[in-house]
Amino acid sequence: MTERVPILQIGNVLLVSIQTDLDDQSVMLLQDELAAEVVETGAHGVVIDITAVDIVDSFVGRMLATIASISRLLDAQTVVVGMRPAVAITLVELGLSLGGVRTALSLDKGLRLLERARAESLEEPEPDAAAGPGADGVGPDAAAGL
Amino acid sequence: MNGASSASQTLEITANAGVVQARQRVRALAQQCRFSLVEQTKLITAASELARNTLIHGGGGTMTGGLVEERGRRGVRLVFDDRGPGIPDVDLALTDGWTSGAGMGLGLSGSKRLVDEFLLETVPGQGTTVTVTKWAR
Amino acid sequence: MAAESVSDRLVGLLTVRGEDLGAEWSDKVAGSLGGRVSRAEVQRELKEIYTALVAALAEGGMDGRGEAFGEVRALLTELSRNRAHQGFTPTETAVSVFALKEVLEPALSGDDSDLQAYLKFSTLLDTLGLFTMEVYTRTREELISAQAEQLLELSTPVVKLWDGVIGVPLVGTLDSARTMVVMEKMLQALIDTGSEQAIIDITGVPAVDTEVAQHLLKTVVAARLMGAECTISGIRPQIAQTIVALGINFGDIVTKATLADALRHALRRSGLTLSRTAPQAGAR
Repeated sequence: MTERVPILQIGNVLLVSIQTDLDDQSVMLLQDELAAEVVETGAHGVVIDITAVDIVDSFVGRMLATIASISRLLDAQTVVVGMRPAVAITLVELGLSLGGVRTALSLDKGLRLLERARAESLEEPEPDAAAGPGADGVGPDAAAGL
Repeated sequence: MNGASSASQTLEITANAGVVQARQRVRALAQQCRFSLVEQTKLITAASELARNTLIHGGGGTMTGGLVEERGRRGVRLVFDDRGPGIPDVDLALTDGWTSGAGMGLGLSGSKRLVDEFLLETVPGQGTTVTVTKWAR
Repeated sequence: MAAESVSDRLVGLLTVRGEDLGAEWSDKVAGSLGGRVSRAEVQRELKEIYTALVAALAEGGMDGRGEAFGEVRALLTELSRNRAHQGFTPTETAVSVFALKEVLEPALSGDDSDLQAYLKFSTLLDTLGLFTMEVYTRTREELISAQAEQLLELSTPVVKLWDGVIGVPLVGTLDSARTMVVMEKMLQALIDTGSEQAIIDITGVPAVDTEVAQHLLKTVVAARLMGAECTISGIRPQIAQTIVALGINFGDIVTKATLADALRHALRRSGLTLSRTAPQAGAR
């Protein structure tokens, strides 16, 4: 019954595109496999494409947040792309803000966000403390602080 | 169109697959009731949360779903029923962020916000029944 | 048994002079509609109903809500819906049914059995008349809600302000239904235009209360979940005052006084720099 979601590697980025209605076990499996892949490939970015997903409940939401946290520990950025309006509205109503998960409108924009983030982190060695008013030019850390 | 409360169907939720089936069943009902995409998504998400609760906290149970018509409104009503340990403190369980398990604690409180009517009946040691209704706009 | 004989008697009354009664009925109804529906059209509608009515009575039913009258009700539904759509009054709609009473009255012989049959028939027509009213009202309600929806659509345009920047100028009072529509429309526009910046301009909103603020906040959060940022602009001084007085916290959402300020901000966030070609004192 458990379904395997393929994890693709494009350069330094791992790409996961969820295409079917996954049961909880498959979601957990994906989380485990992604963590293992990030370590194995040394990827600096993970893109999770949920364009085809019409329901994100708290379980899947938690998986997305967990993957983001795990990858951050492994020095990789996670971007969730393609969330549908109806899904976003429902998540807000549900009370889930996916804190710490970066989001982008499309796969293309997600990949560019990762590139930019990578370039910045290479330029400035320790940008972590930069919590100042430097809004200029920096991609919005979507949904952060909510 | 389909007359008053069409025959309700009952679905067993005894494994992870049951939660997926519950989502599919509710999607069909919501479409039958001509919910907007957002309303549909909200109801299916709520059903997913409640079905998972039934499975994890109730140790398995059933979901009964059907169309209802009341005072000229049409909607979908879902009943989640389990014979599990029940909920000792309902108010606490309905608080955002409170969790007894591994979830985010948004299952009950969150799904309550996604539907129009929410009724929780629980008897410690005997089980829990959650009845939710969402009306078409 | 009694009921059967009553309906038999009625079938008799209605069929013996069927043609005449039908024509008279059509005349009465067409007259009451003041020529807004052609006589031929009325005749066609009523002839069908008349036939179905006689057939239903022949089946032995006297219950207007019963199964035997399914066909009659279907025809009446169509008639009521048409009348409602064409803007006729409830009276003008119901008269189509009730006029049949007047038509049948002179055809009675005066016998007790006829009288009894007529009373039963009258009750039946009352039921059917009420049914047409129900359909009429429902149709009008559908019309009203469809119009309300159209109004919502009209009143909430989403405009492209720049490459990657869309604007939503809100005008008028915001309620939850309207905010829902705005929200969905804006979020969909983000995807359709591939815009990462949205500006919600509330210059035209007369008042902001806790509920409206809540809706705005939810919209902004939903946009962020999709990967876009919102700026709220057009906060007039008195609105700023209410917001502070109500203790509404906009959190880290960027708010600007004018749409121009918001656009400048959005452009900067999308990585664009603005500069004047002529050396001149900048506004900023």
